[in-house]
Amino acid sequence: MKKKTSLTRSILIGLGVALVIIVYAYGFQVTKVNFEETRSEKRLEQLIRIIRALAHPDIIEFDQAEVFVEVPVYLPCPEGDIDYPEPDTSGPYLVLDPYCENAGEFIVVRGENFIPGNRGPLNFIPPSGASLTMGSFEVDAEGRFEERVQLPKRQPVAEAQIVRAIARQNVGAPYFTSVAGSTFEKIIETIFLALLATTFGTIIAIPLSFMAARNLMSDVKSPLMSVSLMILGWLIGIALGYLATRYLRLLNDLLADNTLMMIGGLVLSVVVALFAIRWAVSTEEEEGPGLGLRAARILAMVIAALGFILATYLLADLLYLLGDYLAGKLGPFDFIGYFIEQTGAALNIVTPLLAALAGGAVVGGMLSQFGLVLSGRLSSSAAKVVNFLLAAITGATLLAIFGAMVEWLYQFGNPVETFLIPAAVGFVLGGLLSLRVGPKDLLPIGSVIYTIMRTLLNAIRAIEPLIYVIIFVVWVGIGPFAGALALALHTIAALAKLYSEQVESISSGPLEAVTATGATRIQTIVYAVVPQIVPPYISFTMYRWDINVRMSTIIGFAGGGGIGFLLQQNIRLLDYRAAAVQMLAIAIVVASMDYISSALRKRFV
Amino acid sequence: MLEVKNLTKIYEGGVKALDNVSFTVEPGEFLAVIGLSGSGKSTLLRCINRLVEPTEGQILWDGVDVTAANQSEIRLIRRKIGMVFQHFNLVSRSPVITNVLAGRLGYVNPALSIFNRFPKEDTEAALRQLERVGIQDQAYKRADELSGGQQQRVGIARAMIQEPEMILADEPVASLDPVLAHTIMQYLETINDEDGVMVLCSLHFLDLVHRYADRAIALNEGIMMFDGPPKAIDDEKFKEIYGKEAERVG
Repeated sequence: MKKKTSLTRSILIGLGVALVIIVYAYGFQVTKVNFEETRSEKRLEQLIRIIRALAHPDIIEFDQAEVFVEVPVYLPCPEGDIDYPEPDTSGPYLVLDPYCENAGEFIVVRGENFIPGNRGPLNFIPPSGASLTMGSFEVDAEGRFEERVQLPKRQPVAEAQIVRAIARQNVGAPYFTSVAGSTFEKIIETIFLALLATTFGTIIAIPLSFMAARNLMSDVKSPLMSVSLMILGWLIGIALGYLATRYLRLLNDLLADNTLMMIGGLVLSVVVALFAIRWAVSTEEEEGPGLGLRAARILAMVIAALGFILATYLLADLLYLLGDYLAGKLGPFDFIGYFIEQTGAALNIVTPLLAALAGGAVVGGMLSQFGLVLSGRLSSSAAKVVNFLLAAITGATLLAIFGAMVEWLYQFGNPVETFLIPAAVGFVLGGLLSLRVGPKDLLPIGSVIYTIMRTLLNAIRAIEPLIYVIIFVVWVGIGPFAGALALALHTIAALAKLYSEQVESISSGPLEAVTATGATRIQTIVYAVVPQIVPPYISFTMYRWDINVRMSTIIGFAGGGGIGFLLQQNIRLLDYRAAAVQMLAIAIVVASMDYISSALRKRFV
Repeated sequence: MLEVKNLTKIYEGGVKALDNVSFTVEPGEFLAVIGLSGSGKSTLLRCINRLVEPTEGQILWDGVDVTAANQSEIRLIRRKIGMVFQHFNLVSRSPVITNVLAGRLGYVNPALSIFNRFPKEDTEAALRQLERVGIQDQAYKRADELSGGQQQRVGIARAMIQEPEMILADEPVASLDPVLAHTIMQYLETINDEDGVMVLCSLHFLDLVHRYADRAIALNEGIMMFDGPPKAIDDEKFKEIYGKEAERVG
């Protein structure tokens, strides 16, 4: 019995080994592994050339001046002994072999201590001082050369004449090459590219990570009525928020002619908004407020929101003007003016988005609350009817929007079919859902959001920033901004996932304790979750900044700015000495980032 | 008055933690809940403030149906119920005072509390509560710098700042040594006597039950085995509650 098992075991192991060999053998073929090629002399020669070039990064250079390196020569050989001088070996020098010869004969000129790569003419200088070219030299890597040259056919002269090599020599202090300068510029750009991408990515990833954490979302449950009303509320709120920004934009444009009016409008709208908020938000609430007070508070909040939107627009325009004004006046600090100007422009873009989201959140929240109360008050049969209507309308709306998106994307040119058919299908699906679930059953809406969020994050994370940058280059043009946006998008998805896993691993005790005090979900997150996740969040953000620096060094390959652009260019131009500078810069920055981030992590965590 | 009627809890996976449990608690009463580990004590206490959703049954508190309350109503109920935990459940990286102030979250404005802004009265009340349990000098230390006994006092201060009408204490002394256990139990006793707060406290040791509780109920595998004064737990009742092989210690 035992023998048999050991036999089958051996066979299985044998099969396993054979399988592994087959897999790797196929792998060799697919990846075209070719070790003969690695020994080819031609390739080795090229490789050595490149490695040597890489070892001589083009960082510093000297000014060069012409120097004459001279040695006496006798034409023809003098009679008797002569006092031939020893060469001065402290600098470049020439040695002749032989040092005397008849006119028209060949001699060998050897040079030592020259600068490698130096080239120049070899001249013969007769007593008249004229310069006769005999040939040229090229210095090898060790600073030597050896040339066979023919002496000129001239009348014999008794005294020494001169062989002169015109070489170039470094003079003065070394200075950085233009390659080093542009590399420095680009590496700074790279670091800031990574910084911006990490910052924006982190800001957006934090709220998303809560929605992608199972332990926070799994117990979020709501009756169908509340869910339908919430979805409708979000859609209505987004529309309202967006419309509000459009009308306020018009109001803003009325004021925009006069800077004083703008400042006045800004101050006024902020004051009104603050007063409205102050009135609407009381510090402590013993019991729920009455209906009239509630309505008045909502009105006050709406006024406050409108005030803030107008204020944001005015602020954006003012910043733009201020930045524009400063940009020409600050000299080396012009970039601050540029920053202010761009902040204004960014505010202008972001405001409608934020207002739409805020509107969605507020209206969605209110209607969802209303649905909750309504669901509790209605009788079971009444709830069933209301559920059916609401779910059907919600389904119809959602699918109609989906249909409109499909229409926009594929341009079928058939609005009736792409709009009405999905709406009808949505109506039926929503209605069916309402019939399937009990009128007051709690739906696991949190788990649905969790699943959608996870899927979305995984999908976004699966695509490399190098590919995103292609899209962003089309949108914002070639340059570091496209790279920053691409990296930011990837950072959002990657960090939100890492963060959410940290949220899932927090201890549940404090969560339970804070929930038990009657805290809302958001309060629970702020008081029980956030303190627990600060250290890992800092740690992951650092790590991501590290990754982003590394990533931004190659994002330029696809047009995303940063040092990668230079590196790629130099590799394509076969300028390996310049490429070496960029590689060196990347190595230094990545290594010091690594060091800094681990030092910071140690401090905070 | 708290009325628990036919309370049943079946967890996902079919574990029956509570089986048709019914009892009432009078205002100002100190009720001990006893039973083995896993007998359903924690589940029972957590059903009362709906940290755990009951499967069946009803909980009435002063006539209000706790089991039927929706999410915003349950918050208003929870803020009147303080809870103390076996493992203290403090946010260890936050300062002590923030942990205590968390007890006010059901009262304060949600928007302001997000930015850690509490009314001045609340901060003063938090310091008062810490003084009451004798650790006001630790108020600005991080919670995890405190010893176990001190941490449980913070837990009590957090429950008390809610101005509760009921305290649910889930084995509040099981992680503490016997001397500290008495100190903590005495705080609960004081709260019960002086403030007239109803206390529901699950306990392991019968001597603590005898010493502090007005009345005891006992659970065994989710079924209520006993309801009466602690003195009435004789050897026979004891074996019913804790099983035939159990022996009395202490």
